[in-house]
Amino acid sequence: MYPILVLSITGIITLFLGFLKSKKVLLPATLFFVTLAFFANLYDWNKPGLYFNNMLQVNNFTILLSAVILLSAFLIIALTKGFIDDEHAQPAEYFAILQFSLVGAIMMTGFQNLIMLFIGVEILSVSMYVLTGSDKRNLRGNEAALKYFLMGSFATGIMLFGIAMLYGANYSFNIDAARTVVTQMVSTQHSSVYLYVGVTFLLIGLLFKVSAAPFHFWTPDVYEGAPTIFTTFMSTIVKTAGFAAIYRILEVSFSPIYSFWWVMVIIMTVLSLIISNVTAVSQGSFKRMLAFSSVSHAGYMLMAVVGLSNKSDDSIVFYSLAYSLATISAFGVLMAVSKEKLVDGRPDESIAVLNGLSKRNPFLAFILAISMLSLAGIPLTAGFWGKFYVFSDAAFRGHIWLLVVAILMSAVGIYYYFKPIIAAYMRESEGEAISLTPFYKIILGITTFGSILLGLFPDLLRSLM
Amino acid sequence: MQSKIPDIIQTVPLLNYVLLASILFIIGVVGVLIRRNAIIIFMSIELMLNAVNLLLIAFSSYRADASGQVFVFFIMAVAAAEVAVGLAIIVMIYRNIRSIDVGLLDKLKW
Repeated sequence: MYPILVLSITGIITLFLGFLKSKKVLLPATLFFVTLAFFANLYDWNKPGLYFNNMLQVNNFTILLSAVILLSAFLIIALTKGFIDDEHAQPAEYFAILQFSLVGAIMMTGFQNLIMLFIGVEILSVSMYVLTGSDKRNLRGNEAALKYFLMGSFATGIMLFGIAMLYGANYSFNIDAARTVVTQMVSTQHSSVYLYVGVTFLLIGLLFKVSAAPFHFWTPDVYEGAPTIFTTFMSTIVKTAGFAAIYRILEVSFSPIYSFWWVMVIIMTVLSLIISNVTAVSQGSFKRMLAFSSVSHAGYMLMAVVGLSNKSDDSIVFYSLAYSLATISAFGVLMAVSKEKLVDGRPDESIAVLNGLSKRNPFLAFILAISMLSLAGIPLTAGFWGKFYVFSDAAFRGHIWLLVVAILMSAVGIYYYFKPIIAAYMRESEGEAISLTPFYKIILGITTFGSILLGLFPDLLRSLM
Repeated sequence: MQSKIPDIIQTVPLLNYVLLASILFIIGVVGVLIRRNAIIIFMSIELMLNAVNLLLIAFSSYRADASGQVFVFFIMAVAAAEVAVGLAIIVMIYRNIRSIDVGLLDKLKW
């Protein structure tokens, strides 16, 4: 509850800091504010409760998810270099919007009422529409912003239709009350068509937001067109918050009608895994490959939702942290390398730009290798344990076919995740050495260290829950 | 004789309201999928949101439960914020390519 208050206030303070002559103060100030929110978040540890007239729930699970979101936000904001180049004339607004979007993300982790879910989704999405289009004169950025905006509002419309139908079945927006009604319907065999239509549309709307197949078609275009720093934000924080929301609504309200929705979710899981992994193999752009990889990771995280065991919440926290750390390092390396070489006035984001990275900057090549290994799920990295936990969740419900598909698709994943590593270590280098600021190095060091640490000692995080 | 508003609304069966809202919603979905002008697509999305509003109000009146109508206010307020951002994006694109035909936006292909 506290991070929502903190970030709402500090966001406004950041807007006022924009009046200062020196724009250099904005980055440290924002980092400080996010750190403040992070510790305010931990303050509620082991003190579960309902806040704002039963609108928001706080328990250890929501606190951990918010902590993952705020940690990723801190690392991403630290990689921004303050937006003080010419392209970003108004840095204060970007930092303020980032903080406001975190408010939406945190609401999505702990909503107790569907009104809160809607508001959270919209705060996060509308902020992301603005940030996607922040590169105003770039046509590809414009296109990405329009596509994201139209697809996002379309998804919101579908989600709202689902919520309205659920209201018709339950006559309440409270998710606990919804569970009572659903349980009654199951026990009396008296089912309402509004309930089933509502669950279906609500799920489709939310899955649009986390870009699970077959609703992923906007993802590669938007991820490629948006400025890389905001792509990182989209692929980590939006995904974590979206899965928190999906898991929460299905676990709290609709676990009594598991037999209704599991077929739908399994079909989407399998589609996400197959479509994304097969398409990612043929991608020449590193950013586009990471976009498809994010769709495939949506598929893996859906396996935890399908499993819905008593360990699923831990798996979702662990998976989102492992995935966020690896993705932030990968995009961090891409940002550092791609700005060296321009194609049509834009940073070159093909896989070929990584050629010979081990000679140009061994540190970056190492970071890239670890992040790719973690995304592929090689043992001794966090990604391996993330996959292991979601697979055991799916096995808990006995979905063996799903497991077979998932393991086959991880094998396909290894092929394309190794392409950047091969480019970095085996190919000849063309460019000059790349120099980094010490701060940038420290942040990338933290993400990589986190990936390795969680890979060696996964119980560090699991024992918290 | 003066009758209460819920009584008047209830003279029409609930299913009629649901069907009307669903038809409006489907018109909106079809509009999003087949039109090529960004503004028209945008209008279709608004139509979807208003279909949802109608649905919520119908359910709300039938049960004399106010929370549905409160939700409608939230939807209207948030939709206004979305319109502000959406029109800004469309204006930005118009300035760059002098058109708002979504078919012209094909820079991002593989």
